[in-house]
Amino acid sequence: MDNQLEPIVRKLQADFGATVEEFRGEAHLTVSTERIVATLEACRDQFGFELLSAQTAVDYWPKESPRFHIIYQLTSVTKNLSLTIHAPVNGSQPEVPTVSGVYDSANWREREIWDMFGIRFVGHPDMRRILNPPDADYFPLRKDYPLGYEEPQFSFNFDEIQLGKPNPKE
Amino acid sequence: MTQIQEVSVDEIKHLVSERALSGETMLLNMGPQHPSTHGVLRLLLELDGEIVVNCIPDIGFLHTGVEKNMEAKTYQKAEVMSDRLDYMNPIGNNLAYVMAVEKLVDLDVPARAQAIRVILAELQRLNSHLVWLGTSGLDLAAQSMFLYCFREREIILDIFELVSGQRMMTTYIRPGGLWRDVPVEFETAVRDFLKIFPKRIDEYEALLTKNPLFMDRMMGIGHLTREDALSYGCTGPVMRASGVDWDLRKKRPYSGYEQYDFVVPTRTEGDNYARYLVRMEEMRQSVRIIEQAMNKLPMGPVRSENRKFVPPPRSEIGVSMEALIHHFKLWTEGFSAPANSIYSAVESPRGELGVYLEGDGSPKPYRVHWRTPSYENLGILPVLSKGFLVADLVAIIGSLDIVLGDIDR
Amino acid sequence: MGVEQKLANMGVVTTTLENVVNWSRTGAMWPMLFGLACCAIEMMAAQASNYDMSRFGMELMRPSPRQSDLMIVAGRVSKKMGPVLRRLYDQMPEPKWVIAMGDCASCGGVFNNYAIYQGVDEVVPVDVYVAGCPPRPESLIHAVMTLHEKVKTEKFKDLAEKYG
Repeated sequence: MDNQLEPIVRKLQADFGATVEEFRGEAHLTVSTERIVATLEACRDQFGFELLSAQTAVDYWPKESPRFHIIYQLTSVTKNLSLTIHAPVNGSQPEVPTVSGVYDSANWREREIWDMFGIRFVGHPDMRRILNPPDADYFPLRKDYPLGYEEPQFSFNFDEIQLGKPNPKE
Repeated sequence: MTQIQEVSVDEIKHLVSERALSGETMLLNMGPQHPSTHGVLRLLLELDGEIVVNCIPDIGFLHTGVEKNMEAKTYQKAEVMSDRLDYMNPIGNNLAYVMAVEKLVDLDVPARAQAIRVILAELQRLNSHLVWLGTSGLDLAAQSMFLYCFREREIILDIFELVSGQRMMTTYIRPGGLWRDVPVEFETAVRDFLKIFPKRIDEYEALLTKNPLFMDRMMGIGHLTREDALSYGCTGPVMRASGVDWDLRKKRPYSGYEQYDFVVPTRTEGDNYARYLVRMEEMRQSVRIIEQAMNKLPMGPVRSENRKFVPPPRSEIGVSMEALIHHFKLWTEGFSAPANSIYSAVESPRGELGVYLEGDGSPKPYRVHWRTPSYENLGILPVLSKGFLVADLVAIIGSLDIVLGDIDR
Repeated sequence: MGVEQKLANMGVVTTTLENVVNWSRTGAMWPMLFGLACCAIEMMAAQASNYDMSRFGMELMRPSPRQSDLMIVAGRVSKKMGPVLRRLYDQMPEPKWVIAMGDCASCGGVFNNYAIYQGVDEVVPVDVYVAGCPPRPESLIHAVMTLHEKVKTEKFKDLAEKYG
């Protein structure tokens, strides 16, 4: 780990009860969702991580607890450091506090996580679907949602697949 | 077939001002099919006469489900999908994905492959900036820019076709290096291009930079402050035109960029004109990088020798048992990655293109997330366009240089 | 011989009405801008100076469906975009033709998943399919010429049946 990053990680471990892992030169912290807003505020104000590079989620179905991990990737432009924070989330209809008050880029990223995974963010100003059609009732990136794969049409199954597809003639 | 979802005012009530609800201002739809929105972008505009009071982007019309589809394919096969995300920068997307895979499995890349990757990535940057210049000139009714820029672009596409057989979606950069070595005509083709191109950039600048019409339409429009740029996560020329000096090629050099001597242009005004000047200067710096890389091009292999990840050449399969077994395992099952996650980013022409890759010990990726720069760059459009005319909105969208394939993935 | 020569010298040509109508329809077929994704860039390159499409009568790309006859669906059509595509197709006046440009518009292409229509012929009827990912501008021009040949063989009685 970078020697500038060490004291920051120690402080975060002490203040917010984070657990640390290192892999390929990156520092991965795990913080619980109750303390995530305070952690990100501390990172932005005290330690100078001004840029939230990425915010996404991973689904670990069929494990129920934690089912999801929300990943925050922070970058410091002035000090040239970066940090990855994981926040584990339980259950199938989870609710997590929003960080759009801390970083404005989280606004659309959290809408995308709601659209793809079904994780609701409490306190978000505009919780609507962003990428899928607005009347969709599924969450595509969950592991229990199928890919929606259509069988390739070879000569032996051409007709039966063709009957299933809509083919407007005018 | 579902009906088109009409967005009623109730749903977006919280986003528009009260004047819209009382009917004082007009809600207009700048629909997905529009000549100036650079792709399928839908904007709900709240207009007071001709002035934009509020602008609500509605995206998702090009949503391709790439992240889910990549989880169903092996690491090698998923690379094909990465070209088609940001379709102005397919080689950059390949580079981002391949670098993430190499970081996850800890694979080495020989020096010649790194140098050729840099040359192709910078040619792709020129390509992307030329299309940006052509289409945003077209939006501002400078139609000849479109024809000039596409003429240059044909020369670059000929170089890509020489190297890989495909004009745009090459998938030439593979884990461990490149697919195969460049042919002998590559050097002459690139050097011929470099001889003529700086004069062409001068021509474009002579056409637009000091043009009073162009300056009137671009100066003072769409001002972005430094704090907003960082808080909204904008990266790339949008951020650098607002005074933040952050370029991944200089700060976190990858693929041998530390050997080359170039300048990262920044400006402080933060308006359309500053973004235009930053991109024009970036084109000149790209030419510098390509020249240095061509001069320093080392000889040697173009792909790693680690047979656990890189298939052996066909000539070895007939004579060596291990080569046959490696070939078989790689093409039927694929290589596996450790059960951990990394985040790796490159500097695309639009900003920070990052890949969050998580493996689970199997040959298929468990989760691939693309942090694409145009997503955050579009998010700042409502802030930038308040109080400007609709024609200025078109100029602002052009200067942000968004690609909808990047946003909707 | 004879009569034709005499008439041609006087500036008179005989042909059928079908031939004249079909020939004039191919002369200036205006495409509608429907570039969605990567194929749109190759469509723009086909329109630009190197592979000029205005040699074939397609000088202008009309963004309005009311003023165009040909819709070149260039790119992948997602489930959210499908109804929009159908609505725009319905707004085009007859006669109209559709070229499905690229693999994603023809059959779903690389993307076989929940979000993309597996071929735009699930939404609108297609006349010419162009293969390629993305197809070269020369392929697109070949598709346009194939469509011209198809239009030249159209018969009035088929059109009368179609339009009732």
